[in-house]
Amino acid sequence: MKEFTVINTRLPRVDAYAKVTGSARYAADLSMPNMLYGALLQSPYAHAKILHIDTSKAKKLIGVKDIVTAKEAGVIKYGVSPARYDETLFCDKKVRYIGDEIAAVAAVDFETALEAVSLIKVDYEPLPVVLNVFDAIKEGAPVIHDDFPNNICAEVHQEFGNVEEGFKQSDYIRTDKFVNKKQDGAFLEPQACVAVFDLNGNLTLYTSTQVPHYVQRTVSMVLNIPIGKVRVVQPYVGGGFGPKASANTLELSACLLSMRTGRPVKMVFTREQVFLHSRGRHQFYHELTTGVKKDGTIMALKNTCYLDGGAYSSFGIATVYYAGSLLGAPYKLANMKYDGYRVYTNKPACGAQRGHGGVAARAAWEQQLDIIAEELGIDPIDFRLKNVREKGEVTCNDFNLSSFGMKECLEAIRERSDWKNKKGKLPKGKGIGMACGFFVSGAGYPIYRSETYHSTAMIKLSEDGGTVDLFTPAAEIGQGSDTILSMIAAEALGVRLEDVKIHSGDTDCGVDLGAYSSRQTLMSGHAVKQAAESVKQQVLEVLANKLNIPVEDMDIKNGLIIFKKGPVDCSALKSSYVKEHRGWVSLPPESHLTFQEAARIAYLEKGVIVGGGAYKPGELGGKYKGATVGTSPAYGCSAQIVEVTVDLETGKVTVDSMTDAHDCGFAINRMNVEGQMQGSLSMGLGEALFEEVKFDSKGKIENPTLGEYRIPTALDMPNVNTIIVESNEPNGPFGAKEVGEGAIMPTIPAILNAIYDATGVRINELPITAERVYNALQEKKKQK
Amino acid sequence: MKQLITLIVNNKAYEIAVAPNRTLTQVLREDLDLIGTKEGCGIGDCGACAVIMDGRPVNSCLVLAIQANGSEITTIEGIAEGQKLHPVQQAFIEHGAIQCGFCTPGMIISGKSLLDRKPKPTELEIREAISGNLCRCTGYQKIVEAIKAASQTMKK
Repeated sequence: MKEFTVINTRLPRVDAYAKVTGSARYAADLSMPNMLYGALLQSPYAHAKILHIDTSKAKKLIGVKDIVTAKEAGVIKYGVSPARYDETLFCDKKVRYIGDEIAAVAAVDFETALEAVSLIKVDYEPLPVVLNVFDAIKEGAPVIHDDFPNNICAEVHQEFGNVEEGFKQSDYIRTDKFVNKKQDGAFLEPQACVAVFDLNGNLTLYTSTQVPHYVQRTVSMVLNIPIGKVRVVQPYVGGGFGPKASANTLELSACLLSMRTGRPVKMVFTREQVFLHSRGRHQFYHELTTGVKKDGTIMALKNTCYLDGGAYSSFGIATVYYAGSLLGAPYKLANMKYDGYRVYTNKPACGAQRGHGGVAARAAWEQQLDIIAEELGIDPIDFRLKNVREKGEVTCNDFNLSSFGMKECLEAIRERSDWKNKKGKLPKGKGIGMACGFFVSGAGYPIYRSETYHSTAMIKLSEDGGTVDLFTPAAEIGQGSDTILSMIAAEALGVRLEDVKIHSGDTDCGVDLGAYSSRQTLMSGHAVKQAAESVKQQVLEVLANKLNIPVEDMDIKNGLIIFKKGPVDCSALKSSYVKEHRGWVSLPPESHLTFQEAARIAYLEKGVIVGGGAYKPGELGGKYKGATVGTSPAYGCSAQIVEVTVDLETGKVTVDSMTDAHDCGFAINRMNVEGQMQGSLSMGLGEALFEEVKFDSKGKIENPTLGEYRIPTALDMPNVNTIIVESNEPNGPFGAKEVGEGAIMPTIPAILNAIYDATGVRINELPITAERVYNALQEKKKQK
Repeated sequence: MKQLITLIVNNKAYEIAVAPNRTLTQVLREDLDLIGTKEGCGIGDCGACAVIMDGRPVNSCLVLAIQANGSEITTIEGIAEGQKLHPVQQAFIEHGAIQCGFCTPGMIISGKSLLDRKPKPTELEIREAISGNLCRCTGYQKIVEAIKAASQTMKK
């Protein structure tokens, strides 16, 4: 075991002080001199033609400075994947969901902007509305996008091995259906931004985003301004979970209005607008058929899925792949077939959300595997242990499991939850269930086809040698990347965490694809580590020259220079440092040569000490169509046990305890890893038990508030027994890989399986409301 | 018509002219630049705007500024004593109770307010006290642990 001084500890977050004192500034907290306030006009119809827009009355309102519609903004198409650019900044000829954006206003204050919005007159011709996937693909259904006459936005057909042959060799085959509900990100901070266009033609956008890089590219493309003139900066960001992983109308409108007025423009979503903009979890309709041998060997999996995508593609083309590609991977499965269809409906667009594309599929299959294990008379943990893959194996769809601690996860949860004495032995109404999870540690390819680096970083030393400035465009959204990357820099360079000053989330720092697909610890971590190693090398080279000893005989640890072959006389260097620093504070100890002294001496020698790092994963995956989606330099995995109480009279489910083991490769910060696990489980618990964005018959969201769209409170979420498994990922910096998204995977099926253990009923539709459980219990009684 | 009101915020007296429809959240954030108080929903669902008003925690988005006339308000900016953090703040840092930080001011207000009323709460009492403060990041566990730890370090 290597000895580390910074990483693998429980050090507090680097942004903790700012956040506990209330001094951390988020986008809505920013203001600029002479700033205008923007507001959006959004469609009241789910599907309608726009016949005419009259802004004349609004323009006359005192305090209104600008109004823009498709006429002013143009109709350049954008979106997430270039293969499916189907949005324009403002609707041109028609609107496709309630909330679709039609115009934006800039005024001297927010109240005036809102009043102006109410004065814009739009003539609509309402069109038939289609809100359900299966209605949308019927012959003669209303067409939402002319380019997609059957409303199928993307479809995937993949087969690996030979599924029919696999079923032939199976002793037992079963088919189950499963459906979740549209989930909202429900991050606490509504999107907000301030755009500032200056007289030199530079545009700076301060925005609550997960992906400064993609926002920069989209702003540049849609507003026709060179990328180098667009700077996107993240202030502190109050959570994202997926929906903030692409450019939005708020950002583009604020930029356009600022460019036209020459004044800073601030725009903020209300909570209702957060729901309308959506881009959260899709609704998935899965039908799964699995074949197994009597001894429990999984032989074949057939997966058909329809995704309710809403009005635009957003991330959907990736989502529809992920709903198939990730499913079989944790198990030794040779035959897998997938047919996926993402369908347009007149609802807010769905996109990526924590566990992108794979959460409903995992819930469906892990519940089915539980049923199968029971049918075969095999303990569900033994059943998984028999089938799970191991390190070094390659899945049937060409994912390389370069590290894979699934077996360790399973054994850990079994031991730590007293599974053997509880499974099948708890009193009526109490249940225990388990499931596994699997996820990428960063998407193997960028969203647009490119040879781009996925992450870059730069480190510069201050002239006194005392401060290490880390410049990374990586996106801190609350998950802790600022802390993780600072820790990686400190460890790799050999200084203390408090010596590192991080500058992040700014496109002026370079390229980083951002916070999505659970990628930053591995990818941004690599770039930062490289930059730190480069700086370390530069400092040591100067020292080597001055002291006339080889670089290899020196190291830097904990802010001190280590001479591996015994003490070295550094008195000349030390006295020259003191001379340089006469009158400066904090003189170094006499006993050691410090990094600070060495770095100052290196500065005097070289003037600039800057180290760079850049990472891209290289070629991954197979050659089939869609082979890129699901590839990753590494994969995280997890296993979980949940205990529940079900009120057999009312059907109400309470989650009593959770035991979760996650293989994160290597924990850079153990407290952060636990925090990611606990937070993921909480979001999974919410989706399992409460969360559903509901629509009325006209396509209007019925519950666009955090009161009526219920997420878990402190009273719903039990304590989690968190177990960190470290498999030492060869492709990760210091062996680290993901935890942020993958940890959500086993929660929903573990709850479902625990409910079955408690009640004997299976629930195939989320959320697991008391009503659904009650009805299932009644149905079961009738069958007796 | 604007009305003149008096607020004592973090031990400092202010006289402010406010329109009758302005909320306490707006006045704190926009007039006094106390941006540590957050607005996550504006209708009392999320608790991010919690402040202590006359000794009780309130959602400041549900209080009209003119209703608060004459009141004593403590916001997140007024919890520490100079550079010395309040034990709840310190415990949030040490126990990893923070992720995105947007709910953190409201959580700390609710936690502090609980400990002011009840210095040694049970875990259930802590969970009840913060049940009006939503957090999407942490799963609450480390927040509960932090408040519990603060209750043990605080002298009463």
